Amino acid sequence: MSHPAKASEFLQDAAKAKWHDETLWFVRDKRDTISKTIPEWEQLRDLASQIKDNVLANLDQYLIQFEEKAKANGIQVHWARDAEEHNQIVLGILQRHQCKAIVKSKSILTEECHLNPYLEKNGIEVVDTDLGERIVQFLNQPPSHIVLPAIHLKKKDISELFHEKLHTEKGNEDPAYLTHAARLHLREKFLGAKVAITGVNFGVAETGEFVVCTNEGNADMGVHLAVVHIACMGIEKIIPRRKDLGVFLRLLARSATGQPITNYNSHFRSPASGKEIHIVLVDNGRTDQLGREKFKNSLKCIRCGACMNTCPIYRRSGGYSYGSVVPGPIGSILSPGLDVKKYSTLPFASTLCGSCTDVCPVKINIHEQLYEWRQEITKSQGTNAKSISMKIANGIFAVPFAYKVTGSMMRGALKFLPDSITYSGLNTWGKQRDLPETPKETFKDWYKKNRS
Amino acid sequence: MSSREHILAKIKSIPRESKLLPDIPDFHFTENIPSRFIQSIESNKGEVITESGLKAFLETNRFEKIISLVSGMENLSTQLLPSDAHELNELEIAIIQGQFGVAENGAIWLTDENLGLRALPFITEHLVIVMDEKSLVSNMHEAYQRIGAQHSGFGLFIAGPSKTADIEQSLVIGAHGAKSLRVVLK
Repeated sequence: MSHPAKASEFLQDAAKAKWHDETLWFVRDKRDTISKTIPEWEQLRDLASQIKDNVLANLDQYLIQFEEKAKANGIQVHWARDAEEHNQIVLGILQRHQCKAIVKSKSILTEECHLNPYLEKNGIEVVDTDLGERIVQFLNQPPSHIVLPAIHLKKKDISELFHEKLHTEKGNEDPAYLTHAARLHLREKFLGAKVAITGVNFGVAETGEFVVCTNEGNADMGVHLAVVHIACMGIEKIIPRRKDLGVFLRLLARSATGQPITNYNSHFRSPASGKEIHIVLVDNGRTDQLGREKFKNSLKCIRCGACMNTCPIYRRSGGYSYGSVVPGPIGSILSPGLDVKKYSTLPFASTLCGSCTDVCPVKINIHEQLYEWRQEITKSQGTNAKSISMKIANGIFAVPFAYKVTGSMMRGALKFLPDSITYSGLNTWGKQRDLPETPKETFKDWYKKNRS
Repeated sequence: MSSREHILAKIKSIPRESKLLPDIPDFHFTENIPSRFIQSIESNKGEVITESGLKAFLETNRFEKIISLVSGMENLSTQLLPSDAHELNELEIAIIQGQFGVAENGAIWLTDENLGLRALPFITEHLVIVMDEKSLVSNMHEAYQRIGAQHSGFGLFIAGPSKTADIEQSLVIGAHGAKSLRVVLK
């Protein structure tokens, strides 16, 4: 299903769509405010981008260094070519420990690998412990945003869901009350789990340690109570030096939610005595993307979600309209790399306004890459309705007389055409848009009259 | 070929321009460090108190389950650190020593050495971190300079209590971890 079709589903609930738009804009606004309190903000973005350039140029070396150091620290390192191998490795570890129930903290990579259904199929109970992720997991939905997984839901929805699942008071929509109920429910899960799975925000080649950032503390509640910690890490998450964390931790939370830092930033270097840490290094299409000169910069992404919060299309169409694990502008560059046919409409789900590029903390040229994908996709797919209308327009602009005549015809027609035609189903452009009022005369006529 | 070799060989086969790793400069910090630190902790929904403020907090709430790992404040403990972290589930207060704090964001650095058990600052109902005001640094760059080559199995920046805003973006304090953070500046 295409992005426009799914977006129109989202827009059926106009009030909710408006709330979604305004809430994400509010987050974007907080990001603007806090970034302006850091005089060296632009310099930090440059540094982050340069560090990531260096990472991509030396990725193999850094991975080898990371592995060597991590092993010396007592961490067990695994490599996975694709999602399937990643899932098999995780299942293998669980089976060796005869583990039937795990707790997981937010990890976009495990979403990308569809780990939850795979483990469930193999008889393992998976509990997502980030509050937003637990909410969408109860609904059998994927997250609709990488930082704010349940941003598409209202508290009324969550109240009803918790009443059903956690037996909370019917009709009680107080977020503090609902969060407390989830706290009690999840604490039982934390105390009962032998294995905890987390994602990784940064892997440090120099030291073989990795960093996990949360506000809820759920990753830490899971791993410090479990015997085994499995960390799943995309190979692009590596950074060279410990001190590089200073740059990235200053940018990450400020870009994501407008806060100065996440409340918990855990650096895992070696397991506590009697425990195990495993790290799974996952490719799953990343080396393919590295080989695409025009798109390899997308691998610099630190998953802050700033491009989603600012994107006028994302805000008005919701995360699910993208049909991919990472939605929004950055997802629309990453997903076609995985399956260009399935995700062919995504690079068109953008106004190319460049706002995503402006807010990106690692300076990925997101809107330019979206434009590049459009060209690749158009080349491979031939003509479509939009390109036909563009060709017609091109013909009109090329012939001055045709342009003049069409202009006066359209000005007349738009005045008298009923909305049912202007905004008919055939005209996708007319959806969610109002046409401007047409002027009485052309600029050319006005100029003739008014030139002195 | 193993997956490791496959991935590494594939990366090697991609032609790549060399790109230099930048130096990270020292950024000037013009604000007053202690007052900015206090302001940062408060905006993260934590609180900065004095030693007598801590005593008052413990007394008024009549907490019964307290673990203090801070040297010179051991007498505040009502129980010993267990060997199994699961036994911390009912713990009301953990009092631990922070190594240093960062003014720009309120983050406080702790390692295994300060924690006793890694689960301690998360599982406790309320967290108290004791710190020397002279230990404060300006920003995260200075923080990592200070950490330097320090080697610990687990290190952690804590900047506030556990929080979430996953339900309609309403901020709720106390999701899974400690429901409050108090910092005693000495």
